[in-house]
Amino acid sequence: MSEEQGLPPIRGPLVYRQSIWTRVTHWVWAICLFFLLLSGLQIFNAHPSLYIGQQSGFEFDNAILSIGAVNTPEGPRGRTTLFGQQFDTTGVLGMSGPEANPTFVGFPGAVTIPSFRDLATGRVVHFFFGWIFVAALFVWFLASFINGHLRRDIVPRGKDIEDLPGDALDHARLRLTHGRSYAPLQKLSYFTVFFVLFPLIILTGLTMSPGMDAAWPWLLDIFGGRQTARTIHFVVMVLLVLFFIVHIIMVLLAGPLNELRSMITGWYRTSPGTPSEQGDRP
Amino acid sequence: MSRLILNRRKFLIGSAALTSSAALSGCSQFDFLGQRDNPIRNAMERANVLTYSAQRALIGEQTLAREFAESEIRQGMKPNGSTEPTTPEYMFLRQANFEPYRLTIKGMVDRELSFSLAELRNMPARTQITRHDCVEGWSCIAKWTGTPLGPILDQAGVKPGARYCVYHCFDNIQRTISGDILYYTSSDLIDAYHPQTILSYGLNDQVLPVSNGAPVRLRIERALGYKQPKYLHTIELVDDLSPFGRGQGGYWEDNGYDWYGGI
Repeated sequence: MSEEQGLPPIRGPLVYRQSIWTRVTHWVWAICLFFLLLSGLQIFNAHPSLYIGQQSGFEFDNAILSIGAVNTPEGPRGRTTLFGQQFDTTGVLGMSGPEANPTFVGFPGAVTIPSFRDLATGRVVHFFFGWIFVAALFVWFLASFINGHLRRDIVPRGKDIEDLPGDALDHARLRLTHGRSYAPLQKLSYFTVFFVLFPLIILTGLTMSPGMDAAWPWLLDIFGGRQTARTIHFVVMVLLVLFFIVHIIMVLLAGPLNELRSMITGWYRTSPGTPSEQGDRP
Repeated sequence: MSRLILNRRKFLIGSAALTSSAALSGCSQFDFLGQRDNPIRNAMERANVLTYSAQRALIGEQTLAREFAESEIRQGMKPNGSTEPTTPEYMFLRQANFEPYRLTIKGMVDRELSFSLAELRNMPARTQITRHDCVEGWSCIAKWTGTPLGPILDQAGVKPGARYCVYHCFDNIQRTISGDILYYTSSDLIDAYHPQTILSYGLNDQVLPVSNGAPVRLRIERALGYKQPKYLHTIELVDDLSPFGRGQGGYWEDNGYDWYGGI
Protein backbone atom coordinates (compact mmCIF):
# COMPACT_ATOMS: atom_id res chain seq x y z
CA MET A 1 0.00 0.00 0.00
CA SER A 2 2.27 2.80 1.19
CA GLU A 3 5.42 0.68 0.95
CA GLU A 4 7.91 1.99 -1.57
CA GLN A 5 8.52 -0.22 -4.50
CA GLY A 6 12.04 -1.39 -5.37
CA LEU A 7 13.29 -1.78 -1.82
CA PRO A 8 13.56 -5.36 -0.61
CA PRO A 9 10.87 -5.97 2.02
CA ILE A 10 12.19 -6.34 5.56
CA ARG A 11 9.49 -8.83 6.38
CA GLY A 12 7.11 -11.12 4.60
CA PRO A 13 3.36 -10.74 4.54
CA LEU A 14 1.13 -11.50 7.48
CA VAL A 15 -0.64 -14.71 6.51
CA TYR A 16 -3.72 -16.34 7.99
CA ARG A 17 -2.07 -19.59 8.97
CA GLN A 18 -4.17 -21.32 11.64
CA SER A 19 -7.89 -21.88 11.28
CA ILE A 20 -10.21 -21.46 14.25
CA TRP A 21 -10.48 -25.28 14.44
CA THR A 22 -6.72 -25.69 14.84
CA ARG A 23 -6.45 -22.86 17.38
CA VAL A 24 -9.29 -24.00 19.61
CA THR A 25 -8.31 -27.69 19.56
CA HIS A 26 -4.66 -26.73 20.22
CA TRP A 27 -5.52 -25.02 23.52
CA VAL A 28 -8.06 -27.68 24.47
CA TRP A 29 -5.31 -30.28 24.03
CA ALA A 30 -2.83 -28.19 26.00
CA ILE A 31 -5.20 -28.19 28.98
CA CYS A 32 -6.20 -31.85 28.51
CA LEU A 33 -2.63 -33.14 28.22
CA PHE A 34 -1.61 -31.22 31.35
CA PHE A 35 -4.35 -32.89 33.41
CA LEU A 36 -3.98 -36.26 31.67
CA LEU A 37 -0.26 -36.35 32.45
CA LEU A 38 -0.59 -35.42 36.12
CA SER A 39 -3.61 -37.62 36.80
CA GLY A 40 -1.94 -40.40 34.82
CA LEU A 41 1.11 -40.29 37.09
CA GLN A 42 -1.27 -40.50 40.06
CA ILE A 43 -2.80 -43.67 38.55
CA PHE A 44 0.66 -45.09 37.80
CA ASN A 45 1.64 -44.55 41.45
CA ALA A 46 -1.05 -47.02 42.55
CA HIS A 47 1.15 -49.76 41.10
CA PRO A 48 4.48 -48.25 39.99
CA SER A 49 5.70 -51.16 37.86
CA LEU A 50 5.48 -51.87 34.14
CA TYR A 51 5.41 -55.33 32.57
CA ILE A 52 5.53 -57.07 29.20
CA GLY A 53 2.73 -59.56 28.49
CA GLN A 54 -0.86 -60.33 29.41
CA GLN A 55 -0.35 -60.21 33.17
CA SER A 56 1.91 -58.86 35.91
CA GLY A 57 4.54 -61.28 37.17
CA PHE A 58 4.41 -61.71 40.94
CA GLU A 59 5.90 -65.21 40.94
CA PHE A 60 7.94 -64.70 37.76
CA ASP A 61 9.71 -61.65 36.39
CA ASN A 62 8.35 -59.79 33.38
CA ALA A 63 8.78 -56.28 34.77
CA ILE A 64 10.81 -53.75 32.79
CA LEU A 65 10.37 -50.84 35.18
CA SER A 66 9.77 -50.80 38.88
CA ILE A 67 9.82 -47.84 41.24
CA GLY A 68 9.94 -48.32 44.99
CA ALA A 69 11.87 -47.80 48.18
CA VAL A 70 14.32 -50.12 49.94
CA ASN A 71 15.82 -50.22 53.40
CA THR A 72 19.60 -49.80 53.46
CA PRO A 73 22.01 -49.57 56.40
CA GLU A 74 21.92 -45.76 55.88
CA GLY A 75 18.12 -45.72 56.04
CA PRO A 76 15.44 -45.90 53.35
CA ARG A 77 16.33 -45.00 49.75
CA GLY A 78 14.27 -44.57 46.60
CA ARG A 79 15.11 -47.24 44.06
CA THR A 80 14.17 -47.49 40.41
CA THR A 81 14.82 -50.68 38.46
CA LEU A 82 14.87 -50.32 34.68
CA PHE A 83 15.62 -53.40 32.53
CA GLY A 84 17.25 -55.03 35.56
CA GLN A 85 19.55 -52.06 36.21
CA GLN A 86 19.09 -50.48 39.63
CA PHE A 87 19.29 -46.75 40.16
CA ASP A 88 19.19 -44.75 43.38
CA THR A 89 16.44 -42.20 42.74
CA THR A 90 16.00 -40.87 46.29
CA GLY A 91 14.35 -37.45 46.23
CA VAL A 92 12.69 -37.98 42.86
CA LEU A 93 11.29 -41.48 42.37
CA GLY A 94 10.23 -43.91 45.06
CA MET A 95 11.03 -41.57 47.92
CA SER A 96 10.64 -37.81 47.91
CA GLY A 97 9.67 -34.81 50.01
CA PRO A 98 11.41 -33.35 53.08
CA GLU A 99 14.31 -35.42 54.39
CA ALA A 100 12.90 -35.57 57.92
CA ASN A 101 9.50 -36.73 56.73
CA PRO A 102 9.80 -38.34 53.28
CA THR A 103 6.90 -39.73 51.26
CA PHE A 104 7.27 -43.19 49.75
CA VAL A 105 5.57 -42.80 46.41
CA GLY A 106 6.50 -43.51 42.77
CA PHE A 107 6.30 -40.04 41.22
CA PRO A 108 6.41 -37.16 43.73
CA GLY A 109 3.27 -35.24 44.71
CA ALA A 110 4.52 -32.18 42.81
CA VAL A 111 3.69 -33.91 39.51
CA THR A 112 0.47 -35.70 40.44
CA ILE A 113 -3.17 -34.64 40.74
CA PRO A 114 -4.08 -34.65 43.58
CA SER A 115 -0.69 -34.12 45.23
CA PHE A 116 -1.52 -36.82 47.80
CA ARG A 117 -2.26 -40.45 46.98
CA ASP A 118 -5.80 -40.69 45.65
CA LEU A 119 -6.29 -43.17 42.85
CA ALA A 120 -10.07 -42.65 42.71
CA THR A 121 -9.68 -38.92 42.00
CA GLY A 122 -6.84 -39.54 39.55
CA ARG A 123 -9.19 -41.79 37.58
CA VAL A 124 -12.04 -39.25 37.64
CA VAL A 125 -9.76 -36.51 36.30
CA HIS A 126 -8.06 -38.81 33.76
CA PHE A 127 -11.25 -40.13 32.19
CA PHE A 128 -12.91 -36.70 32.13
CA PHE A 129 -10.04 -35.16 30.19
CA GLY A 130 -9.61 -38.34 28.15
CA TRP A 131 -13.08 -37.87 26.70
CA ILE A 132 -12.44 -34.19 25.87
CA PHE A 133 -9.04 -35.04 24.36
CA VAL A 134 -10.57 -37.67 22.06
CA ALA A 135 -13.51 -35.41 21.15
CA ALA A 136 -11.12 -32.57 20.22
CA LEU A 137 -9.02 -34.97 18.15
CA PHE A 138 -12.11 -36.11 16.29
CA VAL A 139 -13.17 -32.49 15.59
CA TRP A 140 -9.65 -31.56 14.47
CA PHE A 141 -9.30 -34.52 12.10
CA LEU A 142 -12.67 -33.78 10.52
CA ALA A 143 -12.01 -30.02 10.19
CA SER A 144 -8.44 -30.51 8.98
CA PHE A 145 -9.55 -32.98 6.36
CA ILE A 146 -12.18 -30.55 5.07
CA ASN A 147 -10.17 -27.30 5.26
CA GLY A 148 -7.01 -28.88 3.80
CA HIS A 149 -4.78 -28.44 6.89
CA LEU A 150 -3.99 -32.17 6.84
CA ARG A 151 -3.06 -32.21 3.16
CA ARG A 152 -1.22 -28.87 3.22
CA ASP A 153 0.64 -28.94 6.53
CA ILE A 154 0.61 -32.36 8.17
CA VAL A 155 0.98 -35.23 5.72
CA PRO A 156 4.55 -35.12 4.32
CA ARG A 157 4.80 -35.30 0.55
CA GLY A 158 7.58 -36.46 -1.76
CA LYS A 159 9.07 -32.97 -1.90
CA ASP A 160 9.16 -32.78 1.91
CA ILE A 161 11.16 -36.00 2.06
CA GLU A 162 13.60 -34.62 -0.55
CA ASP A 163 13.95 -31.37 1.39
CA LEU A 164 14.32 -33.13 4.73
CA PRO A 165 18.17 -33.23 4.92
CA GLY A 166 18.44 -29.54 4.02
CA ASP A 167 15.72 -28.63 6.52
CA ALA A 168 17.43 -30.67 9.24
CA LEU A 169 20.69 -28.80 8.50
CA ASP A 170 18.87 -25.44 8.69
CA HIS A 171 17.37 -26.41 12.04
CA ALA A 172 20.77 -27.53 13.34
CA ARG A 173 22.17 -24.10 12.39
CA LEU A 174 19.06 -22.46 13.88
CA ARG A 175 18.26 -20.88 10.53
CA LEU A 176 14.53 -20.98 10.89
CA THR A 177 12.38 -19.72 8.06
CA HIS A 178 8.74 -18.88 8.48
CA GLY A 179 6.76 -19.91 5.45
CA ARG A 180 3.11 -20.16 4.56
CA SER A 181 3.05 -23.87 5.37
CA TYR A 182 5.11 -26.10 7.64
CA ALA A 183 8.75 -27.06 7.06
CA PRO A 184 9.49 -30.77 6.35
CA LEU A 185 10.71 -31.56 9.89
CA GLN A 186 7.73 -29.77 11.34
CA LYS A 187 5.36 -31.75 9.14
CA LEU A 188 7.03 -34.98 10.16
CA SER A 189 6.79 -34.14 13.87
CA TYR A 190 3.10 -33.29 13.73
CA PHE A 191 2.41 -36.26 11.47
CA THR A 192 4.03 -38.51 14.09
CA VAL A 193 2.02 -36.94 16.90
CA PHE A 194 -1.34 -37.10 15.10
CA PHE A 195 -1.00 -40.36 13.22
CA VAL A 196 1.19 -42.39 15.59
CA LEU A 197 1.39 -41.08 19.18
CA PHE A 198 -2.18 -39.84 19.72
CA PRO A 199 -3.83 -42.98 18.23
CA LEU A 200 -1.39 -45.19 20.15
CA ILE A 201 -2.03 -43.57 23.50
CA ILE A 202 -5.81 -43.75 22.99
CA LEU A 203 -5.81 -47.39 21.85
CA THR A 204 -3.42 -48.57 24.57
CA GLY A 205 -5.58 -46.72 27.09
CA LEU A 206 -8.65 -48.57 25.82
CA THR A 207 -6.76 -51.88 25.99
CA MET A 208 -6.49 -51.41 29.75
CA SER A 209 -10.30 -51.47 29.98
CA PRO A 210 -11.60 -55.01 30.61
CA GLY A 211 -14.87 -53.94 28.98
CA MET A 212 -13.16 -52.75 25.78
CA ASP A 213 -11.06 -55.94 25.66
CA ALA A 214 -14.33 -57.89 25.41
CA ALA A 215 -15.67 -55.58 22.69
CA TRP A 216 -12.45 -55.35 20.69
CA PRO A 217 -10.35 -58.42 21.54
CA TRP A 218 -7.95 -57.52 18.70
CA LEU A 219 -6.64 -54.76 20.96
CA LEU A 220 -4.96 -57.44 23.08
CA ASP A 221 -3.48 -59.05 19.98
CA ILE A 222 -2.01 -55.94 18.37
CA PHE A 223 -0.38 -54.77 21.61
CA GLY A 224 0.56 -58.20 22.98
CA GLY A 225 -1.52 -58.11 26.16
CA ARG A 226 -2.96 -55.68 28.65
CA GLN A 227 0.26 -55.19 30.57
CA THR A 228 2.28 -54.51 27.41
CA ALA A 229 -0.40 -51.98 26.43
CA ARG A 230 0.01 -50.30 29.82
CA THR A 231 3.77 -50.13 29.22
CA ILE A 232 3.28 -48.66 25.72
CA HIS A 233 0.81 -46.12 27.17
CA PHE A 234 3.55 -45.00 29.56
CA VAL A 235 6.26 -44.89 26.86
CA VAL A 236 4.05 -42.81 24.55
CA MET A 237 3.45 -40.44 27.48
CA VAL A 238 7.23 -40.00 27.78
CA LEU A 239 7.48 -39.34 24.02
CA LEU A 240 4.69 -36.75 24.22
CA VAL A 241 6.47 -35.01 27.10
CA LEU A 242 9.63 -34.93 24.93
CA PHE A 243 7.55 -33.54 22.06
CA PHE A 244 6.19 -30.86 24.39
CA ILE A 245 9.70 -29.83 25.47
CA VAL A 246 10.94 -29.59 21.86
CA HIS A 247 7.71 -27.80 20.90
CA ILE A 248 8.27 -25.12 23.55
CA ILE A 249 11.96 -24.74 22.61
CA MET A 250 11.04 -24.31 18.94
CA VAL A 251 8.37 -21.71 19.78
CA LEU A 252 10.95 -19.77 21.79
CA LEU A 253 13.58 -20.02 19.01
CA ALA A 254 11.17 -19.19 16.20
CA GLY A 255 9.81 -16.08 17.89
CA PRO A 256 7.41 -16.69 20.74
CA LEU A 257 5.18 -13.66 20.13
CA ASN A 258 4.69 -14.43 16.44
CA GLU A 259 4.07 -18.11 17.18
CA LEU A 260 1.66 -17.36 20.02
CA ARG A 261 -0.16 -14.80 17.87
CA SER A 262 -0.68 -17.38 15.15
CA MET A 263 -2.13 -19.85 17.64
CA ILE A 264 -4.43 -17.19 19.16
CA THR A 265 -5.49 -14.97 16.25
CA GLY A 266 -4.44 -17.21 13.38
CA TRP A 267 -2.19 -14.51 11.80
CA TYR A 268 1.48 -15.32 11.29
CA ARG A 269 4.36 -13.10 10.15
CA THR A 270 6.31 -14.88 7.42
CA SER A 271 10.00 -14.48 6.55
CA PRO A 272 11.12 -11.89 3.97
CA GLY A 273 10.76 -13.20 0.45
CA THR A 274 7.57 -15.12 1.07
CA PRO A 275 5.36 -14.42 -1.95
CA SER A 276 2.16 -12.57 -1.14
CA GLU A 277 -1.21 -14.08 -1.86
CA GLN A 278 -4.70 -12.75 -1.88
CA GLY A 279 -6.03 -12.33 1.65
CA ASP A 280 -2.62 -11.62 3.21
CA ARG A 281 -2.02 -8.51 5.24
CA PRO A 282 1.14 -6.40 4.86
CA MET B 1 -6.93 -3.65 17.24
CA SER B 2 -5.87 -2.22 20.62
CA ARG B 3 -8.56 -4.27 22.29
CA LEU B 4 -7.13 -7.34 20.64
CA ILE B 5 -3.61 -6.59 21.87
CA LEU B 6 -4.91 -6.06 25.38
CA ASN B 7 -6.69 -9.39 25.28
CA ARG B 8 -3.62 -11.10 23.97
CA ARG B 9 -1.46 -9.49 26.62
CA LYS B 10 -3.94 -10.45 29.32
CA PHE B 11 -3.90 -13.97 27.99
CA LEU B 12 -0.11 -14.12 28.01
CA ILE B 13 0.14 -12.72 31.53
CA GLY B 14 -2.61 -15.03 32.69
CA SER B 15 -1.12 -18.15 31.19
CA ALA B 16 2.37 -17.25 32.44
CA ALA B 17 1.01 -16.74 35.96
CA LEU B 18 -0.89 -20.02 35.77
CA THR B 19 2.10 -22.02 34.56
CA SER B 20 4.57 -20.55 37.03
CA SER B 21 2.25 -20.99 40.00
CA ALA B 22 1.60 -24.58 38.94
CA ALA B 23 5.33 -25.19 38.70
CA LEU B 24 6.10 -23.53 42.02
CA SER B 25 3.65 -25.19 44.33
CA GLY B 26 3.38 -28.57 42.71
CA CYS B 27 -0.18 -29.47 42.01
CA SER B 28 -1.70 -28.91 45.40
CA GLN B 29 -4.03 -26.28 43.93
CA PHE B 30 -5.95 -29.15 42.33
CA ASP B 31 -6.24 -31.05 45.62
CA PHE B 32 -9.81 -29.78 46.01
CA LEU B 33 -10.74 -32.31 43.30
CA GLY B 34 -10.12 -34.96 45.94
CA GLN B 35 -13.06 -33.71 48.03
CA ARG B 36 -15.83 -36.18 47.26
CA ASP B 37 -18.60 -33.55 47.37
CA ASN B 38 -16.80 -30.85 45.38
CA PRO B 39 -19.12 -29.65 42.57
CA ILE B 40 -16.31 -29.57 39.98
CA ARG B 41 -15.34 -33.13 40.84
CA ASN B 42 -18.99 -34.17 40.68
CA ALA B 43 -19.26 -32.58 37.24
CA MET B 44 -16.15 -34.49 36.12
CA GLU B 45 -17.66 -37.73 37.45
CA ARG B 46 -20.36 -37.35 34.78
CA ALA B 47 -17.73 -38.61 32.33
CA ASN B 48 -17.97 -42.02 34.06
CA VAL B 49 -21.67 -42.15 33.19
CA LEU B 50 -20.70 -41.41 29.60
CA THR B 51 -18.13 -44.23 29.69
CA TYR B 52 -20.74 -46.62 31.06
CA SER B 53 -23.30 -45.69 28.39
CA ALA B 54 -20.71 -45.82 25.61
CA GLN B 55 -19.44 -49.25 26.65
CA ARG B 56 -22.96 -50.62 27.07
CA ALA B 57 -23.80 -49.38 23.57
CA LEU B 58 -20.58 -50.76 22.08
CA ILE B 59 -20.25 -54.11 23.84
CA GLY B 60 -22.80 -56.83 23.14
CA GLU B 61 -24.64 -57.98 26.27
CA GLN B 62 -23.38 -61.53 25.78
CA THR B 63 -19.92 -60.70 24.43
CA LEU B 64 -17.36 -62.71 26.36
CA ALA B 65 -14.19 -61.55 28.02
CA ARG B 66 -11.12 -63.26 26.61
CA GLU B 67 -10.38 -66.71 27.96
CA PHE B 68 -6.79 -67.90 28.05
CA ALA B 69 -4.97 -71.20 27.63
CA GLU B 70 -3.81 -73.30 30.60
CA SER B 71 -0.24 -72.29 29.75
CA GLU B 72 -1.08 -68.67 30.66
CA ILE B 73 -1.63 -69.65 34.31
CA ARG B 74 1.90 -68.83 35.41
CA GLN B 75 1.35 -68.01 39.06
CA GLY B 76 -1.12 -68.23 41.92
CA MET B 77 -3.97 -65.74 42.04
CA LYS B 78 -2.66 -62.68 43.88
CA PRO B 79 -4.80 -62.03 46.98
CA ASN B 80 -5.80 -58.38 47.47
CA GLY B 81 -8.21 -56.35 49.59
CA SER B 82 -9.55 -58.43 52.48
CA THR B 83 -7.63 -61.69 52.79
CA GLU B 84 -8.61 -62.82 56.27
CA PRO B 85 -12.06 -61.58 57.43
CA THR B 86 -12.40 -61.38 61.22
CA THR B 87 -16.15 -60.97 61.72
CA PRO B 88 -17.49 -63.58 64.22
CA GLU B 89 -19.98 -64.77 61.62
CA TYR B 90 -17.27 -65.53 59.10
CA MET B 91 -14.84 -67.04 61.60
CA PHE B 92 -17.58 -69.42 62.74
CA LEU B 93 -18.33 -70.49 59.16
CA ARG B 94 -14.68 -70.91 58.38
CA GLN B 95 -14.17 -73.10 61.43
CA ALA B 96 -17.13 -75.23 60.37
CA ASN B 97 -15.56 -75.63 56.92
CA PHE B 98 -18.45 -73.56 55.49
CA GLU B 99 -20.95 -76.39 56.14
CA PRO B 100 -23.63 -73.99 57.51
CA TYR B 101 -22.99 -71.44 54.69
CA ARG B 102 -26.02 -70.29 52.70
CA LEU B 103 -26.08 -68.01 49.68
CA THR B 104 -29.31 -66.01 49.73
CA ILE B 105 -31.11 -64.38 46.79
CA LYS B 106 -33.60 -61.79 48.04
CA GLY B 107 -35.17 -58.41 47.39
CA MET B 108 -37.24 -57.83 44.25
CA VAL B 109 -37.73 -61.51 43.41
CA ASP B 110 -40.82 -63.72 43.22
CA ARG B 111 -39.37 -66.17 45.73
CA GLU B 112 -36.45 -65.76 48.08
CA LEU B 113 -33.96 -68.59 47.63
CA SER B 114 -30.96 -69.86 49.50
CA PHE B 115 -28.37 -72.47 48.63
CA SER B 116 -25.79 -74.41 50.55
CA LEU B 117 -22.27 -74.74 49.17
CA ALA B 118 -23.00 -78.39 48.26
CA GLU B 119 -26.09 -77.31 46.33
CA LEU B 120 -24.12 -74.69 44.41
CA ARG B 121 -21.46 -77.27 43.56
CA ASN B 122 -24.14 -79.63 42.21
CA MET B 123 -25.43 -77.02 39.77
CA PRO B 124 -24.17 -76.83 36.19
CA ALA B 125 -20.58 -75.58 36.40
CA ARG B 126 -18.54 -73.32 34.18
CA THR B 127 -14.74 -73.12 34.19
CA GLN B 128 -12.97 -70.14 32.67
CA ILE B 129 -9.36 -68.98 32.54
CA THR B 130 -9.56 -65.21 32.66
CA ARG B 131 -7.51 -62.16 33.46
CA HIS B 132 -8.22 -60.33 36.70
CA ASP B 133 -7.53 -56.60 36.38
CA CYS B 134 -6.99 -54.63 39.55
CA VAL B 135 -7.93 -50.95 39.54
CA GLU B 136 -4.35 -50.33 40.70
CA GLY B 137 -3.11 -51.45 37.30
CA TRP B 138 -1.87 -55.03 37.66
CA SER B 139 -3.32 -58.17 36.07
CA CYS B 140 -3.28 -61.85 37.04
CA ILE B 141 -4.56 -64.83 35.03
CA ALA B 142 -6.31 -67.65 36.88
CA LYS B 143 -8.84 -70.46 36.35
CA TRP B 144 -12.22 -69.93 38.00
CA THR B 145 -14.89 -72.62 38.46
CA GLY B 146 -18.45 -71.94 39.55
CA THR B 147 -22.09 -71.90 38.59
CA PRO B 148 -23.54 -69.13 36.40
CA LEU B 149 -25.62 -66.55 38.27
CA GLY B 150 -28.17 -65.99 35.47
CA PRO B 151 -30.12 -69.28 35.84
CA ILE B 152 -30.23 -68.81 39.63
CA LEU B 153 -31.75 -65.35 39.19
CA ASP B 154 -34.30 -66.86 36.79
CA GLN B 155 -35.13 -69.49 39.37
CA ALA B 156 -35.81 -66.75 41.93
CA GLY B 157 -37.82 -64.79 39.37
CA VAL B 158 -36.52 -61.24 39.07
CA LYS B 159 -39.38 -58.74 39.31
CA PRO B 160 -39.79 -56.35 36.34
CA GLY B 161 -38.78 -53.18 38.25
CA ALA B 162 -35.46 -54.57 39.50
CA ARG B 163 -32.43 -52.75 38.05
CA TYR B 164 -29.43 -53.82 40.11
CA CYS B 165 -27.96 -56.72 42.03
CA VAL B 166 -26.38 -55.72 45.33
CA TYR B 167 -23.73 -58.18 46.51
CA HIS B 168 -23.35 -58.36 50.30
CA CYS B 169 -20.15 -59.84 51.71
CA PHE B 170 -18.85 -61.16 55.04
CA ASP B 171 -15.56 -59.30 55.11
CA ASN B 172 -14.90 -56.27 57.27
CA ILE B 173 -12.88 -54.35 54.71
CA GLN B 174 -12.50 -51.40 57.08
CA ARG B 175 -12.65 -51.14 60.85
CA THR B 176 -13.66 -47.83 62.32
CA ILE B 177 -14.35 -46.62 65.83
CA SER B 178 -18.05 -46.88 65.07
CA GLY B 179 -17.70 -50.50 63.99
CA ASP B 180 -16.82 -52.66 61.02
CA ILE B 181 -17.58 -51.60 57.47
CA LEU B 182 -18.58 -54.66 55.48
CA TYR B 183 -17.71 -55.01 51.82
CA TYR B 184 -20.44 -54.74 49.24
CA THR B 185 -20.73 -53.84 45.60
CA SER B 186 -23.39 -53.94 42.89
CA SER B 187 -23.89 -54.38 39.17
CA ASP B 188 -26.59 -53.90 36.59
CA LEU B 189 -28.60 -56.92 35.42
CA ILE B 190 -26.60 -57.13 32.17
CA ASP B 191 -23.45 -57.97 34.12
CA ALA B 192 -25.43 -60.21 36.50
CA TYR B 193 -26.84 -62.26 33.60
CA HIS B 194 -23.59 -62.34 31.58
CA PRO B 195 -22.66 -65.96 30.74
CA GLN B 196 -19.22 -65.59 32.40
CA THR B 197 -20.69 -64.18 35.61
CA ILE B 198 -20.27 -67.15 37.93
CA LEU B 199 -20.51 -67.85 41.64
CA SER B 200 -17.04 -69.30 41.86
CA TYR B 201 -16.05 -71.84 44.49
CA GLY B 202 -12.96 -73.19 42.72
CA LEU B 203 -9.68 -71.51 41.82
CA ASN B 204 -6.94 -73.12 39.71
CA ASP B 205 -8.48 -76.61 40.17
CA GLN B 206 -8.53 -76.25 43.97
CA VAL B 207 -11.18 -75.25 46.46
CA LEU B 208 -11.34 -71.43 46.57
CA PRO B 209 -8.99 -70.42 49.41
CA VAL B 210 -9.88 -67.93 52.14
CA SER B 211 -7.42 -65.34 50.84
CA ASN B 212 -9.26 -65.28 47.49
CA GLY B 213 -12.80 -65.12 48.89
CA ALA B 214 -13.94 -68.54 50.19
CA PRO B 215 -16.47 -69.97 50.09
CA VAL B 216 -17.95 -68.03 47.15
CA ARG B 217 -16.66 -65.18 45.06
CA LEU B 218 -18.61 -63.61 42.23
CA ARG B 219 -16.77 -63.13 38.94
CA ILE B 220 -17.83 -60.28 36.65
CA GLU B 221 -15.18 -60.77 34.00
CA ARG B 222 -15.65 -57.55 32.02
CA ALA B 223 -15.00 -55.35 35.03
CA LEU B 224 -12.18 -54.48 37.42
CA GLY B 225 -11.29 -56.40 40.58
CA TYR B 226 -13.46 -54.37 42.93
CA LYS B 227 -16.50 -55.66 41.03
CA GLN B 228 -15.55 -59.29 41.93
CA PRO B 229 -16.94 -59.48 45.50
CA LYS B 230 -15.29 -62.05 47.77
CA TYR B 231 -16.90 -63.80 50.78
CA LEU B 232 -20.32 -63.33 49.16
CA HIS B 233 -23.41 -64.30 51.20
CA THR B 234 -26.41 -62.39 49.83
CA ILE B 235 -27.53 -61.10 46.46
CA GLU B 236 -30.27 -58.51 46.74
CA LEU B 237 -32.29 -57.30 43.75
CA VAL B 238 -33.17 -53.64 44.01
CA ASP B 239 -34.28 -50.66 41.93
CA ASP B 240 -32.25 -48.11 43.89
CA LEU B 241 -28.71 -48.15 45.30
CA SER B 242 -29.03 -45.17 47.62
CA PRO B 243 -30.11 -47.09 50.79
CA PHE B 244 -26.83 -49.02 50.94
CA GLY B 245 -23.62 -47.74 52.53
CA ARG B 246 -23.11 -44.14 51.49
CA GLY B 247 -25.35 -44.67 48.50
CA GLN B 248 -22.83 -45.06 45.69
CA GLY B 249 -23.38 -48.78 45.12
CA GLY B 250 -20.35 -50.29 46.81
CA TYR B 251 -17.56 -49.97 49.34
CA TRP B 252 -15.01 -48.61 46.88
CA GLU B 253 -17.71 -46.70 45.03
CA ASP B 254 -18.55 -44.97 48.35
CA ASN B 255 -14.87 -44.04 48.47
CA GLY B 256 -14.95 -42.23 45.15
CA TYR B 257 -14.36 -45.02 42.61
CA ASP B 258 -16.64 -45.25 39.59
CA TRP B 259 -19.61 -47.56 39.91
CA TYR B 260 -19.37 -49.25 36.50
CA GLY B 261 -15.74 -50.35 36.85
CA GLY B 262 -15.39 -51.49 33.23
CA ILE B 263 -12.39 -49.24 32.53
